[in-house]
Amino acid sequence: MKVTVVGGGPAGLYFSLLLKKTQPDHDIVVYERNPEGATYGWGVVFSDRTLSSFREADYKTYTQITDSFIIWDSIDVCYRDEVLRCGGQVFSGISRKTLLGLLHARCEELGVTIEHEREVSPGEIEGDLIVAADGVRSALREGNAAAFGPRISSGSSRYIWFGTERTFDSFTFAFRANEHGFFQAHAYPFDGHMSTFIVECDLVSWHNAGLDSASEAESIAYCEALFAKELRGHALRSNRSKWIRFETLRNKRWHTDNLVLIGDAAHTAHFSIGSGTKLAMEDAIALVDALQTKASVAEALGEYQLERKPRVERFQEAARQSQTYFENTRLYQHMEPLQFAFHLLSRSGRIDYDDLRLRDRHFVAAVDRWFTARAAGTDTPAIAAPPTFTPLRLGEREIPNRVAVRARDPDGIVAAARSGAGLVFSGFVAVSEHGRITLETPKLVTPEDAVPWAGAIRSLRVVSGAATVVTLGHSGARGATRPRDRMVDVPLDEAEVWGLLAASPVGYTARSQVPYETGRRHMDDVTEDFVAATAHAAAVGFDMVELHMGHGYLLGSFISPLTNLRTDDYSGPIDARMRFPLEVLDAVRAAWPAERPLAVALNVSDWARGGTTLADAVRSAELLKQQGCDVIRVLAGQTTATYSPRFDPYYLTHYADRIHNEARIATIATGDITTVDHANTIVAGGRADICLLRA
Amino acid sequence: MPGAPFELLVEWAHEAEGGPFSSVGVVDRVVYECHDPLDSLAAAAEATSRIGLVTMVVIGPLRDDAELAAQAAAIHASSAGRLTLGLAVGARTEDYAAKGISPVGRGERLAEQLLELRLRWEKDGIGGPPLLVGGGSDASLLRMARYADGYVHGGGPPRAFVRAADGARTAWSELDRPGTPQLWGQGYFALGDAATVERGRDYMRDYYAFTGPFAERIAEGMLATPQAVAQFVRGYAEAGCDELVLFPAVADLHQIDRLAGALAEA
Repeated sequence: MKVTVVGGGPAGLYFSLLLKKTQPDHDIVVYERNPEGATYGWGVVFSDRTLSSFREADYKTYTQITDSFIIWDSIDVCYRDEVLRCGGQVFSGISRKTLLGLLHARCEELGVTIEHEREVSPGEIEGDLIVAADGVRSALREGNAAAFGPRISSGSSRYIWFGTERTFDSFTFAFRANEHGFFQAHAYPFDGHMSTFIVECDLVSWHNAGLDSASEAESIAYCEALFAKELRGHALRSNRSKWIRFETLRNKRWHTDNLVLIGDAAHTAHFSIGSGTKLAMEDAIALVDALQTKASVAEALGEYQLERKPRVERFQEAARQSQTYFENTRLYQHMEPLQFAFHLLSRSGRIDYDDLRLRDRHFVAAVDRWFTARAAGTDTPAIAAPPTFTPLRLGEREIPNRVAVRARDPDGIVAAARSGAGLVFSGFVAVSEHGRITLETPKLVTPEDAVPWAGAIRSLRVVSGAATVVTLGHSGARGATRPRDRMVDVPLDEAEVWGLLAASPVGYTARSQVPYETGRRHMDDVTEDFVAATAHAAAVGFDMVELHMGHGYLLGSFISPLTNLRTDDYSGPIDARMRFPLEVLDAVRAAWPAERPLAVALNVSDWARGGTTLADAVRSAELLKQQGCDVIRVLAGQTTATYSPRFDPYYLTHYADRIHNEARIATIATGDITTVDHANTIVAGGRADICLLRA
Repeated sequence: MPGAPFELLVEWAHEAEGGPFSSVGVVDRVVYECHDPLDSLAAAAEATSRIGLVTMVVIGPLRDDAELAAQAAAIHASSAGRLTLGLAVGARTEDYAAKGISPVGRGERLAEQLLELRLRWEKDGIGGPPLLVGGGSDASLLRMARYADGYVHGGGPPRAFVRAADGARTAWSELDRPGTPQLWGQGYFALGDAATVERGRDYMRDYYAFTGPFAERIAEGMLATPQAVAQFVRGYAEAGCDELVLFPAVADLHQIDRLAGALAEA
């Protein structure tokens, strides 16, 4: 069999030597456009020191690679002139040149032909199998773009690769604020003499610093001065260094006919999780395995894609979270060092509180003690409970811990409190008869309505110190529906319905009644209803009132562009769409005791095209905060009946993080939260203050 | 299953009722030799008196609402309320092509069908069978939570079920449904000598040929020993599966006894 490999990087060379080892009769040729020994880039990092799959694949190169490794076990976070170290993280680094050199030697030893300085065009390549290992800009892939379906998304920040003789003894993240903005460096050692040093910043900082028009020498001078402390006087070395944006590559298919993509030609993942070379070499192992076990090249390529694509995509998802974090680090500058470091270390969703505690219990204990001291406003205690079990002060009310649960009606309140949660939500309570969702929706309209709530709160106080929240809302376009025991959003029979109100006359589902557009008089009526219900809630003894401004209910329908099609002063930009919800908030705040906290349940995404954007949501949160809202419960979806939801465990946590840190307001995270570990990760990382467990 | 006579299905249901089983299930395909799931369950209803009857699943958008509603209602009535109707959009576009129906918008059509079935039964003054929805996407979980009583998982090891079940519970909770969704799982088995097991695997490879290289993985996942059955059942039970349906990959009544034997040790 004739095998042609285009690209002599780690993926191409490792694939070639593994295949030649198992199939010595195959004729394998590698074409590399650069001269022998030329290499660009500095060190390669592996987030693992054992690399067991390498050991099984080829023991000789495994030994050579691991013998050349620089190994370290901690991450340093340099921030506000402090260095925070978190241990137990296993990393290894190797110089790219060394790695290529030993793979190259092993190829020659086994009889792989390598032709350097050979730029080949897609048309001239022949072979029973053609392997495109020609990198992120793969000409072979681009020549068959329709078959592979490549998609490239560019990151928003700018970064540049340098080397330095300063030898770091850990993976180091260094952060620096100056008059131009906020900058970070990712640095790691690779051969005992040199370290890789990547500088990254957001677009605004980059422009402010003049780096958009800086020469290479000017960029080096700027970065050396910026990170002088971390570099300890060492220079930055250039290697054709220039400012670039990270490009994440995904392909729909990884093979067509006898042509297959491996390594960077198939996929890229943000450098901050340090896995590009590892993924490329794992691709090579999987492809050789598939060629060994399958009868034909076509079957083998199918098997290879099946094996590798889902794994790589999981890595890419974690890398995307990490990339998003590094693109937005400026938002977290307000955090104190321990929290900043914890937040960084748990950024990708792959490493949580419990993982970090296993890696470095002293680090996590320090986070716990710092968190407890800050929450209580005291000196740092000698020992402390995990953040989830730390009380939180909201207004004048102390909430005993950071876990919230939701009841459905007065009868459910005591049972919910017995769970040990610090905060108990009432579930949706209508402010008027017509504001109910179903005929069974609890309401707070008359003094009689208040009686069961008063009883429930009295009973709760016997068994628990939990605080209580009443969620007040008006169903809007989702009113007059059947009970949700069998279906949701199905209209009541005609004899039982009432007229609905919404921002605009848009029916919730195809079968729903078309609501009336809320006129001025309606707005006044609804506001009065909210105020009256608030007075009942205060008298009953609820500790907090929450206004429901999400999920397609009346107030939420004003906020989303999907449901607000008005042409008056309550429509248009987000400030105008927030106008009526803010009028209601003002009136409720005035009627609610000043010392008791007020919450808003807010949609931060509609999960639908043309819906609320994150920027809108941040602005809404800022406006709500200005008008006296103390905490925001973060919701998504349900603005319209059809949308594309995400039900994975951290799906709403990232939104809570952005609202919390960008609008600087307390948040309640919701979604698929079921464990204390998850809650600790959210609370300790400053992503939210309270976690509402999934019912 | 190719070559399996209709009578064998009915006998299977009858035998299962005599064993430690609570439900008997059927699958649905168009471009594959198999008996119509609703015809099969109608016959099974006559031959049994206790055991639950479930479709896992009927490809809803390929069927006429009125006809499906009537068929399901008839089985539900003749079995004294033992039917559970599992519906999904199905994974095979060739099934749609064979019926001359476009697969575009099938998710929306399934949502509409779920509602339509309920309303039709209601109009006729009957409760109708519980409805389950299958499908691997978050959109199918949303449909499930909005219009159905529970979720049918598509198969796989217990850890795959755990993830899907978590998603189903989350979707249910997000839409503020009272209680919890019914959670159904499924698996394939062939118990016996090496030839029997290989026959089962051959069937799996053939049935799932449309998935390409994935068929081999599915065949490998078939439960081929009593221990594998016991581990699988235990894993699903711990993950909160309410009802687990194990499909035979060989058409042979002896499989029922062997399965019962494996369960007795679980």
